[in-house]
Amino acid sequence: MADEATSEGGGLSFHPLDQFIVKPLFGDGPIHWYTVTNSTLWLALAVLSVVGLLVLGTRGRAIVPSRLQSVAELVYGFIYKMVEDVSGKDGVKYFPYVFTVFLFIFFANFLALIPMSFSPTSQFAVTGFLALAVFISVTTLGLVKHGLGFLSLFWVTAAPLAVRPILAAIEFILYWVRPVSHSVRLAGAILAGHALLKVFAGFAQLAPAAPLAILGVLAIYALEVLVAAIQAYVFTILTCVYLKDALHPHH
Amino acid sequence: MEGDISQMGQFIGAGLAAIGSGAAAIGVGHVAGNFLAGALRNPSAAGGQTATLFIGIAFAEALGIFAFLVALLLMFAV
Repeated sequence: MADEATSEGGGLSFHPLDQFIVKPLFGDGPIHWYTVTNSTLWLALAVLSVVGLLVLGTRGRAIVPSRLQSVAELVYGFIYKMVEDVSGKDGVKYFPYVFTVFLFIFFANFLALIPMSFSPTSQFAVTGFLALAVFISVTTLGLVKHGLGFLSLFWVTAAPLAVRPILAAIEFILYWVRPVSHSVRLAGAILAGHALLKVFAGFAQLAPAAPLAILGVLAIYALEVLVAAIQAYVFTILTCVYLKDALHPHH
Repeated sequence: MEGDISQMGQFIGAGLAAIGSGAAAIGVGHVAGNFLAGALRNPSAAGGQTATLFIGIAFAEALGIFAFLVALLLMFAV
């Protein structure tokens, strides 16, 4: 992937996409599905962080919460309210899954901001599976709950009868590209941001441009902190919207 | 020579697909700008609509993502 994208301009060498190469952690052999890679390591660290925040943070079960416990309670309340607002009261039953997805993506995004780390959410395979899991479970849920009535999701009764078949076709296509846009949004934002950081860092090779490059890296890093949180939020809120469509398919 | 021309086509195509990202940026700016215009008229109602704002932004962004996807496919998959 990297060798095609590198450009040699005026003695500068940029390798912005080298950071996304999946390497085995121990030795270098071919990568099988069971090989422990740098991606595996940072995915596991994200899971450990979630466990650390929720299990260790709320271990005391204090009435007056400790610092970590109040953070955990704050996040819990925030996502709970979001699920309730967007998916409705009966969507609250699926809150644990939404909460898990949010925390996992949130920590994976933030751990990726540590210098020299690997960003697992920049891999389309990772976000693709997250989006596919949401897509398959939400579609199954809708079909189980409403049977063929779930198909009324595509029949927009608010529109005039003449345009309804056309709208139905568009809605049907939009439904099937949901996992694509859902996953590529997250992976694309993280990929583009981290590649941009490396490109700006590459300009520091030119001594006169170095101070400006470092300021640029600083500014983009601040932006990336924002993007890491917003993309986790957007992924979660879209999960809630899809859940709402499955629970209440009638427009 | 033939490989050079096809590679040139890939790069030109990827660059053209990047225009779509700019178009998505216009869409996202439109959503956010209109939200701000509405929020400044009725600030008390703005807080409850942030979820709607992000959903609108996400849908506007989705089509830009397809452009980005086309660019990625041209660069690395074709």
